[in-house]
Amino acid sequence: MKKPEHPFRFATVSYLTRIGNQSATTIGELRDGLEKCSDASIFYHTFQSLGRYHFLTEGFSNEFAQWVLAGLNCPALAEQLAAPDIRGYLTLSDMRTDLLSITDEYCRSHPEDVHRLAFEPFYFLESIEVTIPHLGEAWTLEEFRHWLERLSNGSFHYHFLVSRLRLGLRTNDFSLWFENELGLQRLAQLTNRIDVYTNTLESTRAKLYTFIDRELAA
Amino acid sequence: MSLDAYVPLLGARELDELRALAAQLSGRTVQMVNSTAMGGGVAEILNRLIPLIQELGLRPRWDVITGGEDFFEVTKAFHNALHGGPYQARKENFDLFLATNEMNRQRLQFDCEFTVIHDPQPVALIEARSRQEGHWIWRCHIDLSNPNPEVWGFLRPFVYRYDGALFSSPEFARQLPIPQYLSFPCIDPLSEKNVDLDPASVQEVVERFGIDPARPIITQISRFDRLKDPIGVVRAYQIVRRYMDCQLVLAGGSATDDPEGEIVLEEVRREAKDDPDIHLLNLPPWSATEINALQRASTVIVQKSLREGFGLTVTEALWKKKPVVASAVGGIPAQVIHKHTGLLVHSVEGTAYQIRFLLSNPALALKLGEQGHEHVRENFLITTNVKRYLTIFLHSLQRS
Repeated sequence: MKKPEHPFRFATVSYLTRIGNQSATTIGELRDGLEKCSDASIFYHTFQSLGRYHFLTEGFSNEFAQWVLAGLNCPALAEQLAAPDIRGYLTLSDMRTDLLSITDEYCRSHPEDVHRLAFEPFYFLESIEVTIPHLGEAWTLEEFRHWLERLSNGSFHYHFLVSRLRLGLRTNDFSLWFENELGLQRLAQLTNRIDVYTNTLESTRAKLYTFIDRELAA
Repeated sequence: MSLDAYVPLLGARELDELRALAAQLSGRTVQMVNSTAMGGGVAEILNRLIPLIQELGLRPRWDVITGGEDFFEVTKAFHNALHGGPYQARKENFDLFLATNEMNRQRLQFDCEFTVIHDPQPVALIEARSRQEGHWIWRCHIDLSNPNPEVWGFLRPFVYRYDGALFSSPEFARQLPIPQYLSFPCIDPLSEKNVDLDPASVQEVVERFGIDPARPIITQISRFDRLKDPIGVVRAYQIVRRYMDCQLVLAGGSATDDPEGEIVLEEVRREAKDDPDIHLLNLPPWSATEINALQRASTVIVQKSLREGFGLTVTEALWKKKPVVASAVGGIPAQVIHKHTGLLVHSVEGTAYQIRFLLSNPALALKLGEQGHEHVRENFLITTNVKRYLTIFLHSLQRS
């Protein structure tokens, strides 16, 4: 393990939810909303919702899919909208393009469903991020492990998932530091492979403890 | 109750985060203004919120506006009109509203960095804002989705002058030229209505009301109000009873001062047809422990409202890890994520089916309850409310 040149700087984030002016009561309106809503709205209903509902491990991917299932009773489209994995996206614009193309395709192949009214409307909301930098810093893996235990779920989500958008890389803050600063490539890879869709944030964190403890014991 | 009292429920990490957020606002002054010091959900929340904000190092102050009975009659009529009820507009009512707000503007001091005005009664206090100093936020706790146009037209110019508005649901918001944010109502997990109870206390309450704790209990906690559809709940129960043994508890607030409540209770009695397994409990207002125990003793909790504000009885049920079957109205879909934290329904038949489904699948019911509890912990507790205020204060500073 090499001596880092830079420490890992822990931050935390708190989100405000802004109410927009868009809503949808049909698949057609959802399609229009997906096209016109802000990136902050795409973020709210995908990346952030995964953090808000971090305790769900089965069948929840994003709020668009959830509404199509529960509000429109349209499981085929819901399954498709649930498929995009946020870890595959480096920009919100790419994610929007895919969600839009799935919805477009469904509207083309199921014109009879396009104007069917939902049980309840979908409201496009937006995330406003307020970041608190410098909660603390770690210069060693032991210190990192110590800090990790003290991190809130919000902070963990920020470093582990939201970081992809900030970094524009298919990795996360933790893996990047393990690899670049400590030279721990395998730990970086193992960390990056943890499946957040089948784990809660708590069990994701537990897996990370195990990987770090193994590394420390080696 | 100090913040440390919440550690066993929330974990030290989440409270550390709250402290880290608050550290950015240390010493900042906050003023909350509403129209009553006691009674009502807003006063209940402020009673808990103010000490917690103070403990976090900010300097909060809580002011209550005063006014004569005639003022509060006018604001009650405004309240009903803003909920979509009819309203006979009279100039003297609007004048009285403005005069009382002006009297309070002169009586109160407005020198804080953050001023939060709660609900329409004190909305015109925005007149006290000198130039663009301080950050003024309007917290609207009521449903503005279908307001009487005359009353809303009168209040709207005041709302426009705030820096932002907070609503309990996107459904309740209006199109405004100022930013609107979502701020859910909350429960206090340490209050009498939500604090953990030992099984013996729960059993004592249940038996006192003649309910059999050994058989499934389906419960709806609500006023006897047509909008809560108690008759629909009885009909759903009657369908369930064709398939399985269970009891129904409908427990609500006192109807003695509410003539319509008594009429609705009588209608429900007729529908219940002397069924000994239907328990209609007309509870006095000081029954927090009884409600807590009834919720904890229940097998399934129902909220079959036809219209709903936020539905804090749903929040209370979820916090107690109960499987919930609830109508997809008002703030309920924000709490009940269908098939994850409960089951949403749209009819009597749907309600009956989902109750049967939960009674037949206790493992799934348990899982929904557990996930519902986590959802409340994350989003609908008093500590989350504190965090939202801190976040909006920090965001306001960053914007300016």
